[in-house]
Amino acid sequence: MSVPPPGSLTQLERAAAFDPALPDAYEPLFVGERRVALDEVLTRYPTRMAALLPALWMVQEARGWVSEAAMAEVAEVLHVTPAYVKGVVTFYTMYHQRPVGRHFVQVCTTSPCNVCGAEDVVRAFLTHTGSGEIGATSPDGRFTVIEVECLGACGFATPIMIDEDVIEGVTAAQVPEIIARYP
Amino acid sequence: MGYPHPPHPRETVLLSQYFGDPEARSLAGWRQRGGYRALEQALAMEPTAVTTIVKDSGLRGRGGAGFPTGTKWSFMKPGDGKAHYLCCNADESEPGTFKDREIMRWTPHALVEGCAIAAYAIGAETVYIYIRGEFTEPLQRMTEAVREAYAAGLLGPGAMGGKARIDVRIHKGAGAYICGEETALMNSIEGRRGNPRIKPPFPATAGLFGMPTTINNVETLAAVPHIITQGAAWYKAMCLSSPKSPGTKLFSVCGNVRRPGNYEVVLGFPFEEFLYDLCGGPPAGRKFKAIIPGGASVPIQTMDEVRATKMDYEGFVAGGSMLGSGGVICIDDAQCMVKQIGRLARFFAHESCAQCTQCREGTSWTTKIVERIEAGQGTPDDLDTLLEIADNMTGKTICVLSDSCAVPVVSGIQKFRDEFDAHIQGHRCPFRVAAAAA
Repeated sequence: MSVPPPGSLTQLERAAAFDPALPDAYEPLFVGERRVALDEVLTRYPTRMAALLPALWMVQEARGWVSEAAMAEVAEVLHVTPAYVKGVVTFYTMYHQRPVGRHFVQVCTTSPCNVCGAEDVVRAFLTHTGSGEIGATSPDGRFTVIEVECLGACGFATPIMIDEDVIEGVTAAQVPEIIARYP
Repeated sequence: MGYPHPPHPRETVLLSQYFGDPEARSLAGWRQRGGYRALEQALAMEPTAVTTIVKDSGLRGRGGAGFPTGTKWSFMKPGDGKAHYLCCNADESEPGTFKDREIMRWTPHALVEGCAIAAYAIGAETVYIYIRGEFTEPLQRMTEAVREAYAAGLLGPGAMGGKARIDVRIHKGAGAYICGEETALMNSIEGRRGNPRIKPPFPATAGLFGMPTTINNVETLAAVPHIITQGAAWYKAMCLSSPKSPGTKLFSVCGNVRRPGNYEVVLGFPFEEFLYDLCGGPPAGRKFKAIIPGGASVPIQTMDEVRATKMDYEGFVAGGSMLGSGGVICIDDAQCMVKQIGRLARFFAHESCAQCTQCREGTSWTTKIVERIEAGQGTPDDLDTLLEIADNMTGKTICVLSDSCAVPVVSGIQKFRDEFDAHIQGHRCPFRVAAAAA
């Protein structure tokens, strides 16, 4: 890929040209219906910057993760710098900075769940999904498993999240059956 | 009620009356249950009169600090020509706490109504409900309730046929415990990293977008409609111990306990009876070893210490801890306290925003040292080192996350020193040894 001369491109085009993880032509996200949706979000806040978290959620919903190129596009749309967007993305744990498995599993292991055996549930997920280690994706691309700090469902130990679903009272023995529900 | 259990006769159900009742979720169902009468009543009053009722009721913040709600509202000066904001803190992330989740899942309109009343009282045209990103069902329920309320003309310009404009917006968090700290929450709404701000200025002076702002917890706002319809005197009379702590409170009970769940009792309820009669006591054959009565940030207590405690703001302090968020974490005698204190420290290390050195370094080193002790590699100096680090983490940072990490470490070493010593002297965890032998 040839490096474009400085000053000739928008931030967005430059990011697309430089990001090796993406095809040459980065496909912008905030066009058409999604742009309309973002414009509606912007009406809820007095500043453009305040739409940053919602915009990043829209990126993740569409693409499954937030790439550097997507950060650059969000920056351009919201009139902030790509570095600023990256600073915000890296602060919050729920934005994926790299692609994850088809199903994203979060197991709560904070103290109230920990005393109820949450560590066994994590081990069962790592074993039965084949992902093997926290944060890694299984070889078939199906699951990424992480430990999460307090899901706010402590009375239903152990709560887990798979994608958008919260499942309460999970035990290690139930894990194979739960996994089977997420092809 | 003790959802997911049937209500216990000694509970006083106000906020939790409709937990488990799916029909209470819709606008129609909520109105059949008396919903939005309080908003109608409030909109017919002067805003300051609404604040006065809440002030007279004695309602205090249910998020943890216990600040009098009406007094907080009275800091907002009407007619100052500035935009006012109300933020509802639904970032519920304090380990052990899961009450706001149930309020939003089962009675989303209770919160919408509470938000609208509070917004009217403080002269705010916009309310942001900040819901943590992991709360997928509460987000969905609240979004639907807000949509219904707009469609029925209860929100928006001329809310409920009155003159006030009240907009309610749902803001989805993205995974950060610290965004439950009120100034971090405001930064997060503004599209920034969730770093807490230095106070002063306090939010009522310069808060969200630099404008006067009030931040209230979900449970606090959900109590407001009841106070409006039934009166300040009625609410203030609900009190079993300290007159400074009236009303009902949801307690989330979890950990090693027979009937975990949410329980709503009048403040001042005897804690021992609560733990044994309502929650069923420890699992069969076990004893409670430690109780953390108000979420992970408050001092750990032994069962002997909590026996005489009255469950209100003053009662928990007199007993040596705090009411906090009302998240009661029970730990039984099969658990290793060194491991659990290390786990709490790990939580705070993970959640530190890292802008203050004492917190960034302190939470991380505390975790490393406690986990080293747990692994049987501690030295006799380690406990003094931990206490010294804890001292440097207390009262020295922008927000209290750093203090919150020091609290379980200091109280844990004080109360369970024998377990720390056994790990250090025996070079292994006695609980792991016992588990391996069993």
